[in-house]
Amino acid sequence: MLRRRRHQLACREAVELVTDYLEGTLNGADRERLEGHLAACPHCREYLAQMRRTLDLLGRIEPEALDPEVQDELVALYRRWQT
Amino acid sequence: MEDAELVTRLRSGDEEAFRFVVDRYHCSLLRLARTMVPSRAVAEEVVQDTWLGLVRGIQRFEGRSSLRTWLFHVLVNRARTTGTRERRPSMGVSAGPAVDHARFRPDGEWADPPVPWPEEVDDRLVAAQLAERVRRRLDELPEMQRQVVILRDVEGMGAEDVCDLLGLTEGNQRVLLHRGRSRLRGMLELEMGKA
Repeated sequence: MLRRRRHQLACREAVELVTDYLEGTLNGADRERLEGHLAACPHCREYLAQMRRTLDLLGRIEPEALDPEVQDELVALYRRWQT
Repeated sequence: MEDAELVTRLRSGDEEAFRFVVDRYHCSLLRLARTMVPSRAVAEEVVQDTWLGLVRGIQRFEGRSSLRTWLFHVLVNRARTTGTRERRPSMGVSAGPAVDHARFRPDGEWADPPVPWPEEVDDRLVAAQLAERVRRRLDELPEMQRQVVILRDVEGMGAEDVCDLLGLTEGNQRVLLHRGRSRLRGMLELEMGKA
């Protein structure tokens, strides 16, 4: 097996850079290495797509319905404090 | 309603404004509180204390942060002073790799690569069901990962605000976010396989 050149990333390393990549906190050289890897590796592109989908789903989590009784109690508390 | 208007109305005793903020933030506060104290009952008390904190403190609110961030700060302080769960700042920061190393060949390339998920369908019902599954999985994360993922990805708060709120360095915040998100993707991968 040819020794991987220094600027190349293994998939195992690429998945560890995904958060920094999405956060925009990778330095220029690491970002280029990762983007080069992604361009050549469909599996890691899939991995990144799944991560983006995970984040999209997290953003869609709905708040639980608020119990109207709890809300009324809190409003009563607020009212008492005002008077 | 904008913060500035809300704050003015809250200061003048406007019940409609109060009802509005409770409706908007109560569940978010409860979600975070549940990661910080041992039971739902205690979490509910902490959130109630937070609202009391708003009622008492709104006159002093200076608007340097958003009302939401301020409420979260009050909540975190209340949760910590209940002292029911010890704070272990290092917990969860250094947990395992993003993907089980058994899934890679010795040279680091994928041996067991991620299988493409079913096409994203533009169906709000399906998306809502999947989001509900993610929500349940969220509860399985270690507490600090859960706190960071909730604030960043569910609430959509910025990294700097989250560091400030939880007393984390930027680096630790990112590591917790990375571990939490990676684990959730892994859990979803299993769910998608079942679907």
